[in-house]
Amino acid sequence: MSRQMTGAKMVVQALKDQGVDTIFGYPGGAVLPIYDEIFQQNEIQHILVRHEQAAIHAAEGYARSTGKPGVALVTSGPGATNAVTGLTDALMDSIPLIVFSGQVPTFMIGSDAFQEADTVGITRPCTKHNWLVKDTETLSTTIHEAFHVATSGRPGPVLIDIPKDVQFATGNYTEKTKLKSKYQPQVKGSIEGINDLVKLMEKAKRPVFYTGGGVINSGPAASQLLRELVEATGFPITSTLMGLGAYPASGKAWLGMLGMHGLYEANMAMHDCDLMINIGARFDDRITGRVDAFSPKSKKAHIDIDASSINKIIHVDIPIVGDVAHVLEDLLKVWKSRGRVTEKEGLDKWWKQINEWRAVRCLAYKNSETTIKPQYALERLEALTKGMDRYITTEVGQHQMWAAQFLGFEDPNRWMTSGGLGTMGYGFPASIGVQLAHPDALVVNVAGEASWLMNMQEMGTAIQYKLPVKQFILNNERLGMVRQWQQLLHGERYSSSWSEALPDFVKLAEAFGAKGILCSDPKDLDDAIMEMINYDGPVIFDCLVEKHENCFPMIPSGKPHNEMLLAADADAFASGAALV
Amino acid sequence: MSALRIKKGSSSHSAYDLRSNFGDEIERHTLAVTVVNEPGVLARVIGLFSGRGYNIESLTVAEIDHEGHRSRITIVTSGTPQVIAQIKAQLGRIVPVLEVHDLTAEGPSVERELGLLKVAGAGEKRVEALRLADIFRANVVDSTLESFVFEITGTPEKIDAFADLMRPLGLVEIARTGVAALARGAK
Repeated sequence: MSRQMTGAKMVVQALKDQGVDTIFGYPGGAVLPIYDEIFQQNEIQHILVRHEQAAIHAAEGYARSTGKPGVALVTSGPGATNAVTGLTDALMDSIPLIVFSGQVPTFMIGSDAFQEADTVGITRPCTKHNWLVKDTETLSTTIHEAFHVATSGRPGPVLIDIPKDVQFATGNYTEKTKLKSKYQPQVKGSIEGINDLVKLMEKAKRPVFYTGGGVINSGPAASQLLRELVEATGFPITSTLMGLGAYPASGKAWLGMLGMHGLYEANMAMHDCDLMINIGARFDDRITGRVDAFSPKSKKAHIDIDASSINKIIHVDIPIVGDVAHVLEDLLKVWKSRGRVTEKEGLDKWWKQINEWRAVRCLAYKNSETTIKPQYALERLEALTKGMDRYITTEVGQHQMWAAQFLGFEDPNRWMTSGGLGTMGYGFPASIGVQLAHPDALVVNVAGEASWLMNMQEMGTAIQYKLPVKQFILNNERLGMVRQWQQLLHGERYSSSWSEALPDFVKLAEAFGAKGILCSDPKDLDDAIMEMINYDGPVIFDCLVEKHENCFPMIPSGKPHNEMLLAADADAFASGAALV
Repeated sequence: MSALRIKKGSSSHSAYDLRSNFGDEIERHTLAVTVVNEPGVLARVIGLFSGRGYNIESLTVAEIDHEGHRSRITIVTSGTPQVIAQIKAQLGRIVPVLEVHDLTAEGPSVERELGLLKVAGAGEKRVEALRLADIFRANVVDSTLESFVFEITGTPEKIDAFADLMRPLGLVEIARTGVAALARGAK
């Protein structure tokens, strides 16, 4: 039975059929018919953001914390161009999004009409795929296909550009179940590759699991299988920024995050291992450091659903193209059926070595009685919120790295951060998306003051929808990471890296109708954090921290993993002695 | 773990490792890409090459199956083996790309290109041009008292060679289609 309806109604109908409950958006001339349909129903909640970039980041937060795709709706021209940063962010971090944009009527396309932009042209390189729908008859199929593409294979953002006349016109609605998509990525890994990997695992003396966001994207089953595999083999495990929570931070095989600001033991294990098992990570340059000195003594296996990630940066010995959960299931089966063999003696020695590295205590910092150290602030946040139903988002910079180092994640989908693109301004709108998906949870955005200001207009959204998001701002009145690089690598010439004319964050919170808390004394910190947690509503927490703290360990670019800079080395490094 | 000695101007002063990791043996490969013939598909392929810094030496595209909405794009590209492998993988993940074949790697193949060359002149040069065209099996598709337009089909190298010979004989203009290629044999 075919159903006739307008294009605008089809959008809403297709969203309902896809099980969408929340969309983020901002109206404008070219999407008015769709907004009219949204007005006339109650199943789908529309969240009015204050800027289209925030709509996309909020949808990302929603998606990352639920495992479901996020949906956003923006108007033509500036609405679509404002969405570009968010789309690129989602593409880099493989976040499934379906973004609808309005377009000028088909007969006006190409005429430089009011609020016209070549949206599919502009977003082609920053989406997984996009469509300009010129005929209402094909609209519903395109929407169903869009959900399929966004969520299958390596997930990513897709965009559907809908001219206004297509929204007004009437056509047949095609059911979701009628979709026959040609896009069917391979999910099962090759059994030969899996067998080869198991053979190497049985003999490995110094193995390490190097896991990434792909484990989280693969779904909760993948994290479960990963935990089983780690416990059963007793191999150490490290993870990228994007993969935190797939294996619990309290797990005994956990080495902490790796990479440029990763833990000493994690990076050393990566450098000295004899078998590296990459599961759903992509050898990003923040991870590898100097490529030609990357883990020189190891055999490398790489499990990834995206064939183009394999051998892109690092040559691997065993490539396995497939979905993490599918591959891990087969891997466990094969390993068990061959008698659950590991090189016990070698592993014991390896763990002894790892424990020596752990003893370096690379995250140690000099605390202060009078000034809040950012690391201390995060340690206290961790201690006071541990065990709560907690979700963390971050902005980008030093605070983000400290959060990754000092907060522990026990489960997947609890940590939302902009990894690949490094988008300042991501965290606040993402926290809004997370809170909408988890209304009763504690959602904290760990922020720096400079990043936070980039999307501060979203205070309006938080207030309007009564979202008790906690903005935990580590305020050093600096662009901390930029300042750190300038100190260490640019002769202490602090070019434009301090925040002058900052607002009074407490007054700013109050101006929006939220609560503001200022804390500058370490002795008051616990009470202030508890006050933030217990307040039923959005809070801006202005935590005045040490202004010149640096984030360590640090692998300077162009250096291999075993040449990390630790806090203790930093004084000599920063004095300029090394900057001949 | 002593402080790192970093020389000024070294790549440690950059946010990126400035050394390229790739070898320098450049190979030339012909790729046959079957795509769904939908709007923007060629832009996706070209955008991939420009966006990721790959080379295009030649690119041809035409619909090959009207009812099935399929087109074939033949791309001649060059790069290190690692880059070539990456190009194929990147092409493969474009949603409307159905198949990617590396005709250079997958066995023998035939490559043909068509060129149109306008040669103007009189007297001995004109006769010589006609004689060479005959040797190259080029056809005359337009003729005036002062000019010829030759049509030549062959490998890109053959067309290069013909064009080089025509240059001193009054070559005015050249148009080339780019390479079309098929694997040899029954499959």
